Amino acid sequence: MKNLTSWAIIGLTLTFLIGPFIIIIFAGASAGESLAFPPDGLSLRWYLKVFTIESFRQSFVLSMGLAIFGTLAALLLGIPAAYALNRYELPGAETIRTVVASPIIVPGIIVGLALLRYMVIPLDVTVTVALFMAHTALVLPYAVRVVSSSLNNLRSDMEEAAVLLGCTRLQAFTKVVLPNIRGGVLAAFILGFVTSFNQVPVSLFLSGPGVRTLPIDMLAYMEITYDPSVAALSALLAFMSLAIVFIAERLLGFSRYV
Amino acid sequence: MSEKYVSLRNLTLSYGKTVAVPNLNLDVVEGELIALLGPSGCGKTTTMRAIAGLLTPTSGTIAIDGRDVTRVAANKRGIGLVFQSYALFPHLSAFENVAFGLRLQKMPETEIRQRTEAGIATVGLAGFEKRKPAEMSGGQQQRLALARSLVMEPKVLLLDEPLSNLDARLRLEMRTELQRVQKKTGVTMVFVTHDQSEALALADRIVLMKDGKIEQLGTPHQLYAEPATAFAAEFMGFENIFRVQGENLVSDFGQLPLGFKATSPMLAWRPSGVQVGQGPLNGRVSASSFAGGHREYVIDTALGQIKADAPIETLEVPLGENIAFDLPKSNARQLSE
Repeated sequence: MKNLTSWAIIGLTLTFLIGPFIIIIFAGASAGESLAFPPDGLSLRWYLKVFTIESFRQSFVLSMGLAIFGTLAALLLGIPAAYALNRYELPGAETIRTVVASPIIVPGIIVGLALLRYMVIPLDVTVTVALFMAHTALVLPYAVRVVSSSLNNLRSDMEEAAVLLGCTRLQAFTKVVLPNIRGGVLAAFILGFVTSFNQVPVSLFLSGPGVRTLPIDMLAYMEITYDPSVAALSALLAFMSLAIVFIAERLLGFSRYV
Repeated sequence: MSEKYVSLRNLTLSYGKTVAVPNLNLDVVEGELIALLGPSGCGKTTTMRAIAGLLTPTSGTIAIDGRDVTRVAANKRGIGLVFQSYALFPHLSAFENVAFGLRLQKMPETEIRQRTEAGIATVGLAGFEKRKPAEMSGGQQQRLALARSLVMEPKVLLLDEPLSNLDARLRLEMRTELQRVQKKTGVTMVFVTHDQSEALALADRIVLMKDGKIEQLGTPHQLYAEPATAFAAEFMGFENIFRVQGENLVSDFGQLPLGFKATSPMLAWRPSGVQVGQGPLNGRVSASSFAGGHREYVIDTALGQIKADAPIETLEVPLGENIAFDLPKSNARQLSE
């Protein structure tokens, strides 16, 4: 009886977690003309159609670019920041930590509005640049936090040992610290990539004419065309995320870092 | 052989505003194994870090082999340091850990290979080249850390608490190992420890430190037999230390008559130096335990507790009973303050 109850709870939990995903997969595989579940017969035509929609292709490229380069930029800023916060007793370290974490504490809508009002409009930056800066800032907290946690596990006397064997401080960092936090850096990259790719509220404010990230473009598409292609695209993106996490788990035990 | 191979002159070391070592002067003889001994916070580790170049002195100079290295960066001093935690590189194999420093010198690959293999063999780790540090035991990791420093042929090898992370059996093994390596390579070694038995067993000379100052410097035998101060005596196992006032020994608790004329302000006895079973003095047994060759008594006296070791052949005095004892002149160590 007890066994049955626990199975029921597990079953319900999984249904809530995975159910929507399964609905989306089948809704996208509909043979009909409109988004519906259960689908109107099965076909792969909407899955194929996704690839022919020009605006999806453009926004996919933009989202990919933002996710990859935004995350790389965040790591470029975040690794030294995490290192400094970890190794030196900086004055106001707690304040710095809070400021760095603020993009995930403050609601996205507010971040988006603030960036639009006080950065994009007064500085007159292009939409792409604004999006790039916003995504970098949004990913930064993850970069700092994940890299920090793997730096915590690395004793600082290892760097001193490297220095006494002839390394400069920089060589000690590249030859000893970086190889030992590689897993954390990769984990931060994947987390950052996924966060950036799925970002909606901030991008909503910063998207401009002809320049939209993929999630925003999908929202816009649905307002006009209510066909199953959006469901098909969603399913494809979910599979992409799953594949990335699966590969990461296989390669370096991703779950240890998150 | 230089008498002043490592020479510390008027060295002051501080962390921020806290002075850890004020005005230290010390000369290390070339090829000797010298121990910096003292309780935690006595400045021994700070001094070692300054010699290594990991800490910049507030004032004073450090010279090695006649050359002033006070302002020379740590990576250019040619000094090896075996860390207490070993600080091995976890991502590299045993071979690459040892080869690490040689590779930085852009040496030809064949020479790197030759010297690394020789270094690994010196510490008895041949066959372990491909292992990662995590796949080695504590003792093996320690020897690997030793090899990593030794292949660099350092002018001075510093060791931070080299035996503290090892169990009793490995400790003995490592002690022999260190002495063997030192004989073989002739490298000058400075090691830091808080354990007087380690220092006594291993060092040619011991620097006993207290509050950043040298309390006493001498051979293990000198320190053991002739501690000069109460602090040194306590560190060397003189557990009964009392002040002298006229004809009496005094403590915070009270006084006892002294059977002879003392010329020093303090006197100390080892537990083994206290005569038990007969004598002019009296106390009550408050603890008694069998310790193989002798019996350890704690005696409550007018001076407070006195620790005494009695030969096992003597009759056992039960807890709470009176016991006669003597603090004989022949076993008393005269101490300055």
